Amino acid sequence: MTKNLSAIVIGGGHNGLVCATYLASSGVKTTLLEARETLGGGLSKQTLRDGTAVPGLIQTHHSLNDKIARELKLQSTPCEPLPTTLLSTSGEHITLMGDKVSGAGVSARDISEYRAFREEYLSYGKALKSLMLNTPPRLKHFDWSDKTVFAKLGLDLRFGLGKAGLNEFLRVAGMNLFDVLEERFSSELLKGGIAADALFGNHAGPKTPTTVLPMLMRLFQETGSTASRQVAQVDNLAGQLAEAAKSAGVEIKTSTTVHSVVMDNDKPTGVMLENGDILNADIIVSNADAKTTFLKLVGARNLDGMFTHRVTKTRTNGDVAKFFATFDATPKFTNLSQNASSGRFLVAPTLMYVERAFNHCKYGEFSEAPVLDIHLTTLDNGKSLLSANAMFAPYNLKQGWEAGRAAFEDKILDILSLYAPGIASQVACRELWSPTDIEKSFHIEGGHWHHGEMAIDQSFMMRPVPGAGQYGTPVPGLYLCGAAAHPGGDITGLPGRNAAKQILADLKGRR
Amino acid sequence: MGNSNKTYDVVVIGAGHNGLTNAAFLAKSGLDVLVLEKNDYIGGATVSRELEPGWFYSNCSYVCSLFRPEIYQALDLGRHGLEIVPLQGSVTFSQSGDYFGSYHHSEIRRREIARHSQRDADASIRFDADLMKWCRLIRGMLLRTPPDPTSFKPRDFMEFAFLLKKFHELSEDQIYQFIRFFTMSIAEYLEEYFENDLLLAHFSGGSIIGTGLGVYSPGTAYVLLHHAMGDVDGNVGSWGFARGGMGAVSGALASAFQAHGGEIRSGAEVAEINVSGRTATGVTLASGEVIKAKKVVSNLDAQRTFLKVMNEKDVPPDVLTRARNFKIRGSSGKLNIALDGMPKFPTLPEGSPLTLGHMHFTDTLERLERAYDDWKEDRWSADPYTDTLIPSQYDPTVAPPGKHMMSVFVQYCPVEAEGGWTPEKKDAFGKTVIDQINDYSPGFKDMIVHAEVRTPKELEEEVGLTGGNIFQGELTLDQLLFNRPFPGYAQYRGPVRNMYMCSSSNHPGGGVMGAPGANAAREILRDLKRTDTTPEDFGDD
Amino acid sequence: MHDFTKTLAPSPFYDRIVAQSQTQNWAHWNGYQTPRVVDTVASEYFAVRSSCSVMDLTPMEKYRITGPDAKAFLNRLVVRDVSKLKPGRVTYVVWCNDEGKVIDDGTVFHLSEGVYRLCAQHHQLDWLRLSSIGFDVSIELETHDVAALSVQGPTSYSVLTEAGISGLETVKPFDIVHTQLDGFDITVSRTGFTGDLGYELWTEPENALALWDAIFEVKKRGLYDIRLIGLDALEMVRIEAGFIMPGWDFNTAETVIRDGYDRTPYELDLGWLVNLNKPYFTGKRALAAANKQPLKRKMVKLILDGNKVPSGSFIFDRKDGKNIGAVMAHSWSPILKRAIAYADIELINGQVPKEVSVEIYYQKELAWKLHWARAEVTDKPFWTPKRRSITPPDAY
Repeated sequence: MTKNLSAIVIGGGHNGLVCATYLASSGVKTTLLEARETLGGGLSKQTLRDGTAVPGLIQTHHSLNDKIARELKLQSTPCEPLPTTLLSTSGEHITLMGDKVSGAGVSARDISEYRAFREEYLSYGKALKSLMLNTPPRLKHFDWSDKTVFAKLGLDLRFGLGKAGLNEFLRVAGMNLFDVLEERFSSELLKGGIAADALFGNHAGPKTPTTVLPMLMRLFQETGSTASRQVAQVDNLAGQLAEAAKSAGVEIKTSTTVHSVVMDNDKPTGVMLENGDILNADIIVSNADAKTTFLKLVGARNLDGMFTHRVTKTRTNGDVAKFFATFDATPKFTNLSQNASSGRFLVAPTLMYVERAFNHCKYGEFSEAPVLDIHLTTLDNGKSLLSANAMFAPYNLKQGWEAGRAAFEDKILDILSLYAPGIASQVACRELWSPTDIEKSFHIEGGHWHHGEMAIDQSFMMRPVPGAGQYGTPVPGLYLCGAAAHPGGDITGLPGRNAAKQILADLKGRR
Repeated sequence: MGNSNKTYDVVVIGAGHNGLTNAAFLAKSGLDVLVLEKNDYIGGATVSRELEPGWFYSNCSYVCSLFRPEIYQALDLGRHGLEIVPLQGSVTFSQSGDYFGSYHHSEIRRREIARHSQRDADASIRFDADLMKWCRLIRGMLLRTPPDPTSFKPRDFMEFAFLLKKFHELSEDQIYQFIRFFTMSIAEYLEEYFENDLLLAHFSGGSIIGTGLGVYSPGTAYVLLHHAMGDVDGNVGSWGFARGGMGAVSGALASAFQAHGGEIRSGAEVAEINVSGRTATGVTLASGEVIKAKKVVSNLDAQRTFLKVMNEKDVPPDVLTRARNFKIRGSSGKLNIALDGMPKFPTLPEGSPLTLGHMHFTDTLERLERAYDDWKEDRWSADPYTDTLIPSQYDPTVAPPGKHMMSVFVQYCPVEAEGGWTPEKKDAFGKTVIDQINDYSPGFKDMIVHAEVRTPKELEEEVGLTGGNIFQGELTLDQLLFNRPFPGYAQYRGPVRNMYMCSSSNHPGGGVMGAPGANAAREILRDLKRTDTTPEDFGDD
Repeated sequence: MHDFTKTLAPSPFYDRIVAQSQTQNWAHWNGYQTPRVVDTVASEYFAVRSSCSVMDLTPMEKYRITGPDAKAFLNRLVVRDVSKLKPGRVTYVVWCNDEGKVIDDGTVFHLSEGVYRLCAQHHQLDWLRLSSIGFDVSIELETHDVAALSVQGPTSYSVLTEAGISGLETVKPFDIVHTQLDGFDITVSRTGFTGDLGYELWTEPENALALWDAIFEVKKRGLYDIRLIGLDALEMVRIEAGFIMPGWDFNTAETVIRDGYDRTPYELDLGWLVNLNKPYFTGKRALAAANKQPLKRKMVKLILDGNKVPSGSFIFDRKDGKNIGAVMAHSWSPILKRAIAYADIELINGQVPKEVSVEIYYQKELAWKLHWARAEVTDKPFWTPKRRSITPPDAY
């Protein structure tokens, strides 16, 4: 049934690789086209101006969904779990590791509450499993599989969580992080850290309603197994996924930029490359974001008017910049032991700190005091590398990123100096990737981490827009498999896997 | 005075509009009902106060449109003296010296929108139709008790089936669009329709009134409905003044209640709901007087109900936690101003009808959002959003001849100004607002005869709205429908037998709507197996 | 600034219209004050059918569409293939939303190479701009910048020729010519909403009165009768001609509140406009799917027996039978001596019924009476005179 059928996957990010591997494993002749020289998208290694090799956009992650790792038979190289340290100017840092909190200033109540909190929210994440691991159901004209997903979801919510659990879930699902965390914890540092971690990549502050949702989405990744409950350093995930793809029979072409999807009689028949070559396939799968896919590759001429309008209105402007600094010697953070200094650190001392950082980006300004997610590594040459995600850094910076770049780098260093005095003067080389840089080098419209805001109105069956929320699109034979599709961003592989399942089901005529 | 040996059928705590609505329907069914009010005057936040001789301020709620016409009709409020006069249009002044006027006549309004953006004039057709779809859906839920999503009772299933049926009257795409509307921010929602900054600012203002949210906060698009789904004589979205001020609403409700044999005692503050054997038996007043009743209904907000007038031992611990976590932060201030004459707004052409409607002075989304940022820091907005009205232009009864009365609703104002309110801070807050109006109406300051400045603090202390929250609980997704006031308690019944809640802390929430009062009455009558005197929704057609 | 004192705007012809109006009976049309009846409906109707009528067309929504992608944009907008529309030609179109439900109808004028005018019944700038994403095209509202008159009736050709507009003898139906009158530019198209011989004249507002005067000068000279007509007479002739009015005969998709109250072109008997073989256009996939399904309802034309006009009538499959729909527009046809109507009806067993029963309530000396009328269902325009399409037209 799937024999003699062919598919082209546009984009070799992790979701594209995952999707292609599933398709090829099921006998679909699959070609994957990647514009860049390397595979893995945000996971691929990059080189700084001074030649330093650095991990790409993604420095740490929760490992790929277990189910996918199993199904794709990825070699299970156990990732080294990383503790997350919430930095305090007082030196009373807090360390999070799985369900544990430790630190001098943490109360016993916060410690036990954190455990309970994790347990509770992980159970919510778990209850969403059937929604996350399947094509999101349509909300009318249900077919058999929609009904199954709804039934499972309903059962998991009602019986998995119980009456009280469901009540609470339905309440918090629409809440903001600020209120949820204020209800539970006393430590400002702890609250700030939890909020920042959940918010990275989103255009939202802790007081933004419905911000519990991105936290749940992230926690869902941890429900697969105990191993995935840790934050891990990016290893060679891109390489592993590429290997899996190759051994499944995916033909991979890098440095191959797709110009457009070729349409014939309103159906896609293949793609045209930048060099004018045309490759044909029965199925076209796009790992690109929605705007790139629909507005550039397919084009408005092949789409309905309102659908096109809605795609242009999706919120896809990124707010996270990437900052790198190299040091000849490991920078010294106040009150951190030497071995702890190779780990993950968050600068988000209070909820209001994060909220104030967010305020600026609403008006096209970068944060006066940015929130930082810092990762320190020692390079092969003995030098130290600090890479940091810095928010909020709006895509549409009022003064423009050419003018604002150095100033924002200085802001980051000013903040770092509060925790590592003197660090600014020790920098050997520094580099900042604004969302506009990320847009350019990773081909993501708006430079958005998640290929679009993970707000309720752009989630589930409405991701990226209604009408394209089931991996299939209004163009029959064209599919989405990237973070622009449900369940969205982060390194989960779920959009890729779910899309492949949907494509295969469609090919078998089940749906 | 109540006879201390007497046992009432029902005692209602609080003579706000919902308490009176609730009591009126119960009395109409023949029950012996007593309403207790802590203040010397009735109405709660639905009052007309003569604080300067000759001027009557609607010093809390100030316009009327959400009030359910079904309740108006069922209680015959017209015969009890209520007159709602539709008010006309609205205007937003821009800093550049221009303005956008939303005239009450649709053709003139259209031309005025087109003056700012031809495209937006056309987009408003699409916007109005979409908004009407969502209004239709929500209005059908107002006079109903929300189902419990965790329950297996046939009634909850039936109610869910009803909601699903309502949903399925929408097309698949409309269902998605409704969910998006329900969860989006007003600014982002409007930006899917409109392009002009002034229009965006004008249309979004209603969505933040009374909320602790900004125009970019998800969930605010829905709040627009709380200000757009009302109607006066079928003109959806239009607002009205109650002749004589908002006190006329509570006055008519009280009159209807008393006509059905009900009894009201003012100056009677309830100290505690008496409970015996997990059953409410009546109330004890602050004076120590005990009043016995078979049913007790609280029109107080959820925090006052569960944390103040209920004894902690009568409330299950999880409910106490929920009550403490109930979000009820106030965000609005109010100035009521007695004026020596009619202020001039030179931006408007001579004879413009726009002073007859809502006036706003915030012309961009950014200014609106920055006003919110101040509130998050416990500061009043340095550049606030105001909803300014001069009702005396329509209603000669609220100001002396030739004089005028102005009502200025102010967003945002914190519950506690940094370090607590002082008279000086209150004055400074008032000055901020007056200065803003004066910028657009030179000489305005000199016309002020008297001004009452109200912060959430006064609302709390006088009216009894916790935190000064005008909705008796924030209208965020976690506190709507079956989550209002909190999960498991959304069907108007309290944690002990024979105890009920009828305030705006309950579905469908705030605004002078009367629906929580009527819905609670329906539940009480249901428990008593008496004929339902509350009205059904007029329905769709 | 904004003139809030006037509800409706005056058209450039306003002074002349007011002067001619016997009744001062006004309606509003797209924000303009427009005559409902000028003198009597009967005299205005017969001006269209037997001599020459003039109507102010300025309020009709007009958009100028230019730019490299103008043609591609229009072809993606409308359901009909307009890619082969030559300069100097006009065509009737409808456009749909994504679900294939009709938003509005109108005419596309290919004024000159790459320059188009789209005339629409309703305000469309938002939809047009929204539909222009991805196209290099400029869309400007020109309703207020173009004064337009519709001159219709058997003597319209003769009247215009006498008025000094030359070269009309070769102008075929749906042709456009650019010419001059008394030194100013006018554009003439052989188009109209009456189903009769007729022309529409387009010029800049400053020339409006000169154009008007040139035409009515012909009447003053005693050559032909020329009458200004209002919307009521137009309603009669457009129904006779088989034209439908979006927003009156059926809901325009953008204004529909309740699911299912909008209509596809197939349901409006406009399936002949839909070209599923041309490149993609908005609603194409939905229409292709709809086209595969059996039609459930249809707008049909009814010719009634008897002399009662079916105002607000329900339609039944037979007397006292099943209610299958309602009358959406109706008129007494003075030419046919028949009551005629459009009705939106459900099909019976998948078929358009050949005849139906119409429940008519009417007043006899203010007393309400019920009458059942048999009606024949027809799929042709009620009345199509030959003079409408012959070129050159008959001269009088």
